[in-house]
Amino acid sequence: MVLLDIHEPGETPVPHAATEAAVGIDLGTTNSLVAYAVDGKPEVLRNIHGEGLVPSVVAYLDDGILVGYPAKERQFDASDRVVSSIKRLMGRGIEDVKKIAGTLPYTIEPGSEGMVRLAIAGRRVSPVEVSAEILKTLKSRAEKRLEKSVARAVITVPAYFDDAARTATKDAARLAGLHVLRLVNEPTAAALAYGLDKGVEGLYAIYDLGGGTFDVSILRLEKGVFQVLATGGHAALGGDDFDHLIAERFLAERGETKPSLTLVKSALNAARTAKERLSTDHEGRWDIDAAGRLSTHNFDRVALETLIEPLIEHTIDIARHVIEDAKLAANEIKGVVLVGGATRMPIVRRMVAGLFGREPLSDIDPDEVVALGAALQAEALTSGSNTLLLDVTPLSLGLETMGGVVERVIERNTPIPVAHAQEFTTYQDGQTAMLIHVVQGEREMVDQCRSLARFVLRGIPSLVAGAARIKVTFALDADGILTVSAREELTGIEQRVEVRPSYGLAPEDMEAMLRSAMEHAREDVETRLLTESRVEGQRGLLALKSALRADGEILTPIERRTIENAMAGMERALSSTDRDMIEGWIEKLDAETLFFAERRMDRGMKTALEGLAIESLESKLQAAATTGSADAR
Amino acid sequence: MNRNVVDDRNVKALAGAVKACWSCRGPVDVRAMFCATCDALQGPTAVDHFERLELSRTFDIDLADLDRSYFRLQRLLHPDRFAAKSAPERAHSLAHSTALNRAYEILKDPLTCAEYLLTCLGAPLAGEDKTTADPVLLGEALERREALADATDALAVAALAAAAERDAEVCRATIGRAFTGNDLKAARAHTLRLRYLAKFLDDARVRQPRGAARRAASAHGATT
Repeated sequence: MVLLDIHEPGETPVPHAATEAAVGIDLGTTNSLVAYAVDGKPEVLRNIHGEGLVPSVVAYLDDGILVGYPAKERQFDASDRVVSSIKRLMGRGIEDVKKIAGTLPYTIEPGSEGMVRLAIAGRRVSPVEVSAEILKTLKSRAEKRLEKSVARAVITVPAYFDDAARTATKDAARLAGLHVLRLVNEPTAAALAYGLDKGVEGLYAIYDLGGGTFDVSILRLEKGVFQVLATGGHAALGGDDFDHLIAERFLAERGETKPSLTLVKSALNAARTAKERLSTDHEGRWDIDAAGRLSTHNFDRVALETLIEPLIEHTIDIARHVIEDAKLAANEIKGVVLVGGATRMPIVRRMVAGLFGREPLSDIDPDEVVALGAALQAEALTSGSNTLLLDVTPLSLGLETMGGVVERVIERNTPIPVAHAQEFTTYQDGQTAMLIHVVQGEREMVDQCRSLARFVLRGIPSLVAGAARIKVTFALDADGILTVSAREELTGIEQRVEVRPSYGLAPEDMEAMLRSAMEHAREDVETRLLTESRVEGQRGLLALKSALRADGEILTPIERRTIENAMAGMERALSSTDRDMIEGWIEKLDAETLFFAERRMDRGMKTALEGLAIESLESKLQAAATTGSADAR
Repeated sequence: MNRNVVDDRNVKALAGAVKACWSCRGPVDVRAMFCATCDALQGPTAVDHFERLELSRTFDIDLADLDRSYFRLQRLLHPDRFAAKSAPERAHSLAHSTALNRAYEILKDPLTCAEYLLTCLGAPLAGEDKTTADPVLLGEALERREALADATDALAVAALAAAAERDAEVCRATIGRAFTGNDLKAARAHTLRLRYLAKFLDDARVRQPRGAARRAASAHGATT
């Protein structure tokens, strides 16, 4: 019951805060985690065995879907039914995937409109659905551990994720019944955990090398402000690539030219074990027992480092570039924080130390630090906080113009949220429609950038070439998600599009999935709508209370009673779970207090008018006084 | 008679000075960020970038002041502060935060700040192209470009960049004096030159291996 709770004006309480929790989720390429923060103290939520990590692995079996360790265990006996590293395919089109398809241990097929589908155990699933399975597992772990319902989350994404991958991540959350409070960039989340925990201030670099993505961000940390100065990375470079290099070597040693899927998975498994062990050991032997043959492979750290050095060198290059984007020199950076399992490798630490001229910090577990930061942000968003995260967009946004040249509208490293407008014109006489092609990337030519969306602005007045004035506005919200609107300035014709990635899920697909795949979809949607109605009802009630406090004396006792009755009705509605009733009372409260609002406005106008009259009188007097003194002189 | 005219004007000004709060529907000052009665966040008003960041309209902005003001206002208005609030407040917060970021980006960089200030003062640079630039500036730009094209190694490029950076520094100071002295003609001319220098520095950066320019520039910084 929230009857007659007293709150500060504007401090809308979060409905059902006691029974509902907002968590932080690190949805990783290799492993995922969920964490929860109370009073600025974040904690990873573990299972009964004390395990925090949930391997990002999903098995589609005849008798159900497995996620995490149970799925991982099935990758040998049911290798064609187990999906891992799905994050690498988020928001990717079939064209992008061809480049990395050879390195993925499952079959990829084109879906409708160039979208990717995986052929698994006779069904076709999208990367969004696979990710949703992982999120559902994390959600249910959190609900078990916290004994609360978990419907809202902060989810981290690589800073270098483009709009398509971000939208895909949000779609996956929706499918899992989670409302995304905010997408936070992984390095920023790590900085949050680090900054708050260690109380660091100054310029910091976050070097985040995960299973499948690499990010580097430069932040300024100052009195609770986390300001990202520049960010960069590679959306498909990580520990997975090291595994593939090692596995290729092992397979070559075995003399395999056309390895089966099972054999590839076994080789990758041996490679991963070897890579991890060689972070502490200097050499070792690994067995691959698959396809009816056992092979043994000697491998040492020197060989490993020779193999992967070009990839690490590439990350160092990107880091150099980002430091330059931030208009800094490497030696101005006060500390370097390592994030991601791959940063446990000595060669990574050595090369990062070489770039920055100092030993990197890693005293928070590099596997957990991102989830901890996400949990802190989830708490900050729902319960308030003094910290402030100011992030930037990692990639430039632009439009295709004549000859396939990109016209940039928003430059990379611009703080978000941001909105920029640019004017374009027609290039043919009588042209009445214009194709607007939105791209993301740093290259000059459209075909070298990532295509995000195309739409046609129609109804341009028929004019000579160059006369129409079409203003295109790009807006990125705090999640880094893009909205584009176009407006013809002469006629005012306007089109607004929520940019759906060209290679993502069509809205209809999304709806269909929500209906079919999610047994709780209806409940979840209803819960979200109820929450929204509650927030709105609470807001109306609190606004009215404030108005009564300020201007209540202009009401007669009878009027006041009418309003108070309506408020009591609203309070009752808010303590129920009946959304229609709350909506009904929102309208009723509005209608029944309209006269009060009007009377307040009238009085406010009069007061302002009197104030102005006195002000002008005073200024006249002052003017007279000044003239008087001037005369006297 | 005359008196009535003045009163009419007062009423007009007043109509713009008070509006109804979207939340409690009572009167609220049009310039207020939050409703004095119910504390609901109002939409941003159309003010210039200086006023948005509560700074005086000048070219010589103290960057520490700019940061302080920007952080303070973002703390109040950023969407993260309104994640659990109602939809109208979330939308207003997004609009405020977007406007703050835009103002910050423009005022932070002396070149865009000078360009913007010129626009505010009714002497915008827009439309100014190479043909209307003064011949001395054109000659200088040409000379620099040729030197850059002739530069054979990274060291030579870095030296050119460092020289341009020194000139840009002097140019910024000159622009500052021009604005202080209210000499808009000079401010325009030197802002145009600064624009050339910035473009040149961008090109020079592309021409050299990463880090070299920084090293040269910081070496220079250490000696001055």
